Amino acid sequence: MSDTMIFAMEVFLNGLMAGVLYALVALGFVLIYKASGIFNYAQGVMALFAALTLVGIMEGQVPFAHLINATIGTEIHHFGWHVPVLLAIVLTMVVMIALAWLVNHFVFRHLVNQEPIILFMATIGFAYFLEGVGDVMWGSDIKKLDVGLPQGINTAIDEYTYGIVNYGFFIDNLDLVATVIAAVLVIALVAFAQYTKQGRAMRAVADDHQAALSVGISLNWIWVMVWSLAGFVALVAGIVWGTKSGVQFSLSLIALKALPVLMLGGFTSIPGAIVGGLVIGVGEKLFEFLIGAPFLGGATENWFAYMLALIFLVFRPQGLFGEKIIDRV
Amino acid sequence: MKTKLMTCLLSALLAGSPALAELTIPLLSFRTGPYAANGIPNADGYSDYFTLINERDGGIGGIKIDMPECETGYSTEKGVECYEATKEGAILYQPVSTGLNYQLIPKAGVDEIPIHSIGHGRTSVANGKVFEWIFNYPTNYWAGASIAVKYLLEENGGSLEGKKISLVYHNSSFGKEPITTMEKLAQKHGFDFSTLAVDHPGQEQKSQWLQIRREKPDYVLLWGWGVMNQVAIQEAANVRFPLENMIGVWWSGSESDVLPAGESSDGYKALAMHAPGSNFDVYKDLKTYVYDRGLAAGNGDQMGTVLYNRGLYSAMLAVEAVKKAQDIHGTSQVTGPMVRDGMEALEITEEKMVGLGFANFAPEIKVTCTNHGGQGLAAVRQWNAETKSWNMLTDFIAPDSDVVDPLIIEDSEAYAAEASIEPRCN
Repeated sequence: MSDTMIFAMEVFLNGLMAGVLYALVALGFVLIYKASGIFNYAQGVMALFAALTLVGIMEGQVPFAHLINATIGTEIHHFGWHVPVLLAIVLTMVVMIALAWLVNHFVFRHLVNQEPIILFMATIGFAYFLEGVGDVMWGSDIKKLDVGLPQGINTAIDEYTYGIVNYGFFIDNLDLVATVIAAVLVIALVAFAQYTKQGRAMRAVADDHQAALSVGISLNWIWVMVWSLAGFVALVAGIVWGTKSGVQFSLSLIALKALPVLMLGGFTSIPGAIVGGLVIGVGEKLFEFLIGAPFLGGATENWFAYMLALIFLVFRPQGLFGEKIIDRV
Repeated sequence: MKTKLMTCLLSALLAGSPALAELTIPLLSFRTGPYAANGIPNADGYSDYFTLINERDGGIGGIKIDMPECETGYSTEKGVECYEATKEGAILYQPVSTGLNYQLIPKAGVDEIPIHSIGHGRTSVANGKVFEWIFNYPTNYWAGASIAVKYLLEENGGSLEGKKISLVYHNSSFGKEPITTMEKLAQKHGFDFSTLAVDHPGQEQKSQWLQIRREKPDYVLLWGWGVMNQVAIQEAANVRFPLENMIGVWWSGSESDVLPAGESSDGYKALAMHAPGSNFDVYKDLKTYVYDRGLAAGNGDQMGTVLYNRGLYSAMLAVEAVKKAQDIHGTSQVTGPMVRDGMEALEITEEKMVGLGFANFAPEIKVTCTNHGGQGLAAVRQWNAETKSWNMLTDFIAPDSDVVDPLIIEDSEAYAAEASIEPRCN
């Protein structure tokens, strides 16, 4: 086997792993779009906010400390305790559920039956608001996030592949863990949407707000539930990406990586987010390896992902797994 | 009633016009957005030094410094808007953004406000014959690249023949700056040079580090900013690239770049245009006149960090240029063109730095009409993950002028021809 072929296989595998990380972000978008027809621009910021909250709780940071100190002249920053990881995750989830309730109570319940563009603009406003709140609440400095996820080369794969092709493949342990997490998440979410009463109600709301209301489904309850689920997915994405790069405000930009995944996989399909992520991940990494780096000066991944998604859009506008919309006139 | 009305009108007029009898040096900061972690310490240091000068000395030459702050979010477009919104009465800008610096180059001459891009921006502005209003002392990117190579030569017994050096760079005007210099240096010293571009923001760099793992360069130079740095250092550790063989530019060498990677970042090196830490006399005055009076900028928790010190250093250089301008023109209320004269005659000696509380903080600087870049010196420092501190490994090293100077002349003359600029300083 030629060196190029061996390296391409390594790039392919790493592309799959990167795709899973993109899909983790895309899942949050899909959940909210599926249930409410809203393209949630704030999903990336929600991942950032969730990760900031998790680190803040773990480290016993006083929320809004700077504001409190500036207002009443105190000098408090930390409570002086450290919260165990699992408890901190549970507490963060409580915060995300409270956030979901607040978003629904103060914004979206007032926008029922509005045009999708109005709802989209509301999420833009929410994104900037949440980013500001995150900043004031937890500060803008970069925080190290360590919830015990392993990082670095997987030596077993390295040694195994070295034994076969005389070259050890690099696979990051964090990527492997993220793959397992994503798989569990997708299975759980699909099962929830298909087989539970709440999941079916969620899909009914997605099809038609008013029809769902007329059969007794509580729109408020469903939307709070869906935003909470999206908050949970955002927390998972925030943990994985935050472990990679530290928790910082650029974390909100991971949403940019999810957009081509959604365009390709479809905005309404949970498995579509995974498949879309894998196609984008593998596609951009192989293109960079085979064409981008040797012939185009590199850094092709961002635009290639969007180009790939555009090609799919031309031939299949609803994405690979999206629902085909047929409007009768 | 009439008096009240007049008072109101007068107050409104005064509020709407630029501050009188103040030296206006606007701060284009980025305390929010993806680069906030870098912008906050720099802005805090900058602001605290001006507060010190106002509190301790009553300003510069008896005139207080006014520092209107405008938030750019590190966006070039917002930066230009901030510049336009604050330029009235401004005597100097020191923006920390290469993209913004490029945008302000043509504006500076029209508005007659000097721009000082400390260790960043377009390198060839060091040629004062062409760039009358732009300065980049004490050092620049091309000098930095040559200093990194000089350091590696020293480490390798004077020869880099057959060695492989890769540049991992931010795919922007900032990141591309050292490429030509490195190509020239590769020819001169016989090393193999390759580049790996990383797109903004740099959160995903798997392709680049897989390539480094395959090609096994001996050294990696990092020209990154923001999250790109943290990810690069973590990925280098992941692929087991020896961190002591990785050297970042001074914008890739702050605490926030290395702390997220924890122990893995131990041994990472970076160029330095000034020292880190708070073991300098200026900090005693800052404590007395700024911190203890509750006047510290931001959260007041950035003291001694690399980028806080850079903010202090930038502000100190601004204050000394204004003082020089006041000496030259015999007036305390200096204007933009007068400050430009002050900058062109600026000389920062070690004796002066000792007096200012910056002993052994940074190299000496001498700016002239033709040389807006100073002497270009930088040192190499190394991160100790255990003590969470930077250690200076070398003295300040001079750049390879044989390579850098002709490139500066070539690039600036090309700009002069394009913009129809007549060389000055004859």
